[in-house]
Amino acid sequence: MTANAWGQMALYLFLLLGLAIPLGMFLAQVYEGNAGWLEIVLGPVERLIYRLCRIRPRQEMTWQCYAIALLLFNLAGCLVVYLLQRLQGLLPLNAQGLPAVGADCAFNTAVSFATNTNWQSYSGESTMSYLTQMLALTVQNFLSAASGMAVLVAMVRGFVRREMPLLGNFWVDVTRSVLYVLLPLALVLAVMLVSQGVPQTFDSYRAVPLLQSTKDSDGKPVGEQVLALGPVASQEAIKQLGTNGGGFFNVNAAHPYENPTPLSCLLEMLAILLIPAALCITFGVMVRDLRQGFAILAAMTILFAVPLVGCVVAEQHGSPALAAGAWGVDQEAHGAVAREGSPRSLGLTVDEEVPRNAQPGGNMEGKETRFGIADSAIWATATTAASNGSVNSMHDSYTPLGGLVPMWMIQLGEVSFGGAGSGLYGMLAFVIVAVFVAGLMVGRTPEYLGKKIEAYEMKMASLMILIPPLLVLGGTAVAVVCDPGRAGMGNRGAHGFSEVLYAYSSTGNNNGSAFAGLNANTVFYNVTTGLAMLVARYWLAVPALAIAGSLARKKIVPAGPGTLQTHTPLFILVLIGSVLLVGALSFIPALALGPIVEHLQMMR
Amino acid sequence: MFAVMRSQVRPAIVTLLALSVLTGLLYPLIVTGMAQLAFAHQANGSLIVRDGRPMGSELIGQPFNAPAYFWGRPSATTPFPYNAASSSGSNLGPTNPALRDAVKARVAALAHADPDNKAPVPVDLVTASASGLDPEISPAAADYQVHRVAKARGMDEATVRKLVAQCTQGRQLGMLGEPRVNVLKLNLALDAQGVR
Repeated sequence: MTANAWGQMALYLFLLLGLAIPLGMFLAQVYEGNAGWLEIVLGPVERLIYRLCRIRPRQEMTWQCYAIALLLFNLAGCLVVYLLQRLQGLLPLNAQGLPAVGADCAFNTAVSFATNTNWQSYSGESTMSYLTQMLALTVQNFLSAASGMAVLVAMVRGFVRREMPLLGNFWVDVTRSVLYVLLPLALVLAVMLVSQGVPQTFDSYRAVPLLQSTKDSDGKPVGEQVLALGPVASQEAIKQLGTNGGGFFNVNAAHPYENPTPLSCLLEMLAILLIPAALCITFGVMVRDLRQGFAILAAMTILFAVPLVGCVVAEQHGSPALAAGAWGVDQEAHGAVAREGSPRSLGLTVDEEVPRNAQPGGNMEGKETRFGIADSAIWATATTAASNGSVNSMHDSYTPLGGLVPMWMIQLGEVSFGGAGSGLYGMLAFVIVAVFVAGLMVGRTPEYLGKKIEAYEMKMASLMILIPPLLVLGGTAVAVVCDPGRAGMGNRGAHGFSEVLYAYSSTGNNNGSAFAGLNANTVFYNVTTGLAMLVARYWLAVPALAIAGSLARKKIVPAGPGTLQTHTPLFILVLIGSVLLVGALSFIPALALGPIVEHLQMMR
Repeated sequence: MFAVMRSQVRPAIVTLLALSVLTGLLYPLIVTGMAQLAFAHQANGSLIVRDGRPMGSELIGQPFNAPAYFWGRPSATTPFPYNAASSSGSNLGPTNPALRDAVKARVAALAHADPDNKAPVPVDLVTASASGLDPEISPAAADYQVHRVAKARGMDEATVRKLVAQCTQGRQLGMLGEPRVNVLKLNLALDAQGVR
């Protein structure tokens, strides 16, 4: 691995944690009712929404009511997205005259965007009109993220409140998440992305001449190129911030118009993990013990950083098939290495800086030149650590072990940062299990933040932890034994199995990235992955609320000398151990059939 | 339970509508306004304009296979390479025989176009990009092609190298991403030299 790759990883983590802390503090204020100067600007909008809804913002909800509000809200969103796709041919802002989206694909996309998965069985530029992209997809990018954040905030209130059943008001939490957090951040990020070259226009696609004409697959000459444009930046910004990930274009953030420069890449990668990381701090502030937030943040960071290094190493190593040397392909990283550490101003001329033989080397199939190995591998790990699922390189073309990393990151339940809100409530389920196991070992009633963890909480936490593996392994098993499932595979053998395993890992954890060689736009995959996304989202969110409702009713027991400390390095290790143990026991057999077999075949 | 559900229907619909207008219409419109004011070139696709005519985009590559032009990354888009209305990677796994055959054929095509060049081929020049639209190649991949292009155009290598250097960007802010050469800009610069 090159020194630059180490440098870029360190810079990324440093900026991420550095930005997460102040944002997390601000988020806590937002949910506790004080959004500072933003409240002066957007407060009237907020109050107008409440008046139109005829709700009293101070009127709080029980967990059941909160869950019903969540489900109704997402159901309504789902219906709107479905209808907009089915009717887009009749609606305005359809510069390309794109027809209605097919029923199964529209169902899959509606579910996918409402559940914060953003699995793409469609190809953006050739399927979705500008109106659909904005009013259906961009809106759900905001609302599904806000829904996840609301559920988390309700769960945190469950730890804070004592002997009362109320968890806050869902509509207030959603509205405030959108107005004071997502919208301002997205606005700033979108403009920064445009400055790097992401288009933002309502003009139709633009034809330009080719300098050297080419031929299509039928041998007909092609003399021009049609540039797909659109309001890309506004969607790109929120798709990263809201851990959504559904691309404006087919190849997502590998497309030079979604992600034109290394700086845009860094900004988008930061946006992917920013809110999930910040929510750990928010948690610490809201439970009035910042150490608890930092402990969880530390566990998440370790669970992220170690596989990240593995992914970079595997990809930089490249493909042995090409390294055989017989064809004379050079996979070594060259140049620029010796210049590490010398801060170079932008004014220096190019001749002095870049050696003639500079190249990223490694496994470059399915990767963009401007990102090389390091930025591609950091993105792949970040997007699967979160429930984001946008890609800037094609995971399907990764080396077996390089591709195992993003797949396993998803399978660990997306709790190392995870989705906006959903990451931390997933992690809190693991915290409950870790506390319970530790309690069993020392023979004391398990407690977390002064709340007794009893059978009911354990049952709900177990549901949250066991449902995703069931969906992943069950879905994969069904797909590989039936013809429509096997027909979708884009590669043969072990790699084809990996494609299917990845598809159900991704949808069964609301991630949305893919081994894209799998042709998933078929009735079989649209329906089965659609169902997996629904179950994965709501069968986790509702138990999380149930835990919150049960905890809120309990007393807070003052800490005594025998209380398990949950902010110590020891507890962080126990927590990491719980996550890894569940992930390893559930998935190593399946991984052995896919990437591990493929790796051994490749080395042979 | 039903009463609770009924009481939440109105807020569900109203919140959805209100936030849809805000995030689905106003937000993209405001971003578009700001983008068109502050960064009109980028917001409209970073077009390269020569004599008032668009020649392509700085950010979207074009297909080249003539010896007198620098070639970009292989592209997996259909039905023709660098189809900017249908981005796509190859999605071939590393053990897929189709990938090995494709790489072999690309190495052979490079060797055929420049039989004297015995240097190892930089890997990015024979592997398909993620988008199929990658506008750039590594400096090594450009350097590998200098001999062929200079010969085909009857230019001396030093002149071609100078043009390559002019179209080369280092790591952004000295650290981010990878050094790279913009292929379309380089080929336009070559054509502007007038020697063919």
